Amino acid sequence: MKKDIILAGVGGQGILSIATVIGEAALTEGWNIKQAEVHGMSQRGGDVQSNLRLSTEPIASDLIAKGGADIIISLEPMEALRYLPYLKKDGWVVTSNVPFINIPTYPAQEELDAHLAALPHCVSLNVEQLAKDAGAPLQAANMVLLGAAIPMLDIELEKIEAGIRRIFARKGEEVIEKNLAAVHAGYNNSIKK
Amino acid sequence: MRKLLLGDEAIAQAAIDSGLSGVYAYPGTPSTEITEFIQLREEKRGEGQAPIFCRWATNEKTAMEGALGMSYMGKRALVCMKHVGMNVAADPFVNSAMTGVNGGLVVVAADDPSMHSSQNEQDSRFYGKFALLPIFEPSSQQEAYEMTRAAFELSEAVKLPVLMRVTTRMAHSRAVVEITEQPRKQNEVCRPEDVRRWILLPAFAKKRYVELLAQQDDLMKAAVESKFNWYRKGDNPERGVITTGIAYNYFMENCANCNERSVLKVSQYPLPTALIEKMVEDGTKEILVMEEGQPVVEEMVRAIVPSTVVVKGRLTGDLPRVGELTPDSVRASLGMEALERLDADELVVPRPPALCQGCGHRDMYKALNEVAAEYENPRIFGDIGCYTLGALPPFQALHACVEMGASITMAKGASDAGQFPAFAVIGDSTFTHSGMTGLLDCVNSNANVVVVISDNLTTGMTGGQDSAGTGKIEDICRGLGVHPDHVRVVVPLPKNMEEIKQILREEIEYKGVSVVIPRRECIQTAKRHAKARAAAAKK
Repeated sequence: MKKDIILAGVGGQGILSIATVIGEAALTEGWNIKQAEVHGMSQRGGDVQSNLRLSTEPIASDLIAKGGADIIISLEPMEALRYLPYLKKDGWVVTSNVPFINIPTYPAQEELDAHLAALPHCVSLNVEQLAKDAGAPLQAANMVLLGAAIPMLDIELEKIEAGIRRIFARKGEEVIEKNLAAVHAGYNNSIKK
Repeated sequence: MRKLLLGDEAIAQAAIDSGLSGVYAYPGTPSTEITEFIQLREEKRGEGQAPIFCRWATNEKTAMEGALGMSYMGKRALVCMKHVGMNVAADPFVNSAMTGVNGGLVVVAADDPSMHSSQNEQDSRFYGKFALLPIFEPSSQQEAYEMTRAAFELSEAVKLPVLMRVTTRMAHSRAVVEITEQPRKQNEVCRPEDVRRWILLPAFAKKRYVELLAQQDDLMKAAVESKFNWYRKGDNPERGVITTGIAYNYFMENCANCNERSVLKVSQYPLPTALIEKMVEDGTKEILVMEEGQPVVEEMVRAIVPSTVVVKGRLTGDLPRVGELTPDSVRASLGMEALERLDADELVVPRPPALCQGCGHRDMYKALNEVAAEYENPRIFGDIGCYTLGALPPFQALHACVEMGASITMAKGASDAGQFPAFAVIGDSTFTHSGMTGLLDCVNSNANVVVVISDNLTTGMTGGQDSAGTGKIEDICRGLGVHPDHVRVVVPLPKNMEEIKQILREEIEYKGVSVVIPRRECIQTAKRHAKARAAAAKK
């Protein structure tokens, strides 16, 4: 088992929570993990990414090589495209299609959608709407995205669920259930396709 | 016990497990999480656990000196800073090699090649070499843990501080770390027997310097024999690689199963010369040096090997001269083809960081820009913090930004040269870090400057740590001699715009030192505090 994952988004969107849940599941499997994060200046509304590497073998580099990632998981459509040079030719892109527009030069949404649709393996979904439909708060949109990526991660849904239960244990049953509902909404959306 | 830890956290955990009594630090990316980890442990400290001093210091110099004082008392101390903090702490750091230590003293410098969150790429190993001190440079989070423990042992064995150098990708990357179940107890108080080594009068210091030089052979022996340094002869020893710190990982990422080249992995300095000589004896004719940061080792290796041996690295362009190493740049330096990949998408545009919506610095810049525009050639000297983002659109307010505290003294120098109006913009934490002395310079020559201390009651850029001057800024300014009538406090909110602008105009026209303090809590920490209050109210 070896998965190289690029998590992308805009500072403050919550990509690190996705990494935390995947990391928790991987840790209980006894896998090796390396996760490079971005802290500091770029967190202020700039583009942020995290390299998450999972393997049953030892992992050398903290960074993923260009052309080495199995999957890009992005909370923002343009940010998903930013890391395409890091993706394997047959890699997956799983992204929210809700743009985060805080710059004047942001591309037109139709063009973004068209570029995503032209990728060989892409799941693009409205994570905010799906979270809402599932009765989960907006903050759980990142868990919808995580759910959508599960089929491409080779981690069983149950293991991600267990990870969520452990991570949110302190916050009570209601928070756990909402996050699980969000994960299921994303998961079902991917399975359907 | 296994824990998923950032490199920074592995260092902190190791320090705790090594019987640490105090951590001394000023926040700075990528070093901040070391101290925060220890502060969190202190908040949750159990009954049987000895306390660890962990309050933020005013700057890196006071941090280094505080740690040296704790070490003087026989206790173990840790100092943490980002690479440019080493410039601030350089005086006590270099002289701590002259005094030596009593309790173990480890200094962590977190370098930021590629300048993710910094203004330069300086390499802290130069400081270690300059001060004649041993340096550790871990290649993995596990090594960071083990090395920190080893560094405290070495420090007490050789009675010298030890420099631990990490870089961004070590500091801010997580991995599983095996940690001890049996932490070491803190040292008892034990004052130094010979106080003369702690008094750097020339007569004593001359003797100490000779001792320090004499110790270098022992430090070299420790590096040659260190378990963190090793040499492996390759199947084709004509070609060799020297890796330092995390460069080893990028090499292994590309060459995990190839034994062709000879490899020397360096993680403890002084540079183990004997191992390089062994590599040459074994027939290596070409050495590729992979190191994060500046070509420190590459230059040294050139001086060690015979001229017939070719040394390649950042100086020869085999690796990029600037920026952090990547698996890709290391791959190219090994002559391997790049992986097949997709092209960059031309729709993607840069998304630079920006001040938060609702941030008080925004209102400050709006007022300042509008008032400054009323003058022919205003100059606004900026400083280091979130508000440096005022240099970017939409404000583009700054005309300079160099290092911590420079706004005030540069505005003064510019004013001395005839600039009017001369503004300084500095945050509260940066002001107490390095701005206060400059303000005294202004007062002493009655410089015609307007100093804007944009006070958000925290150290914002690094994530909202306590700021040393909170609640004391006006007193400090008045205490330094700024006339009380010209220490003005405003609340940076859109509704107060006209009032703020009027006060700025008045202070520009005052021929002397003015301090204007726009004060409103950082909206990030305000949110966090509101949440904590709500949670407390629920209970």
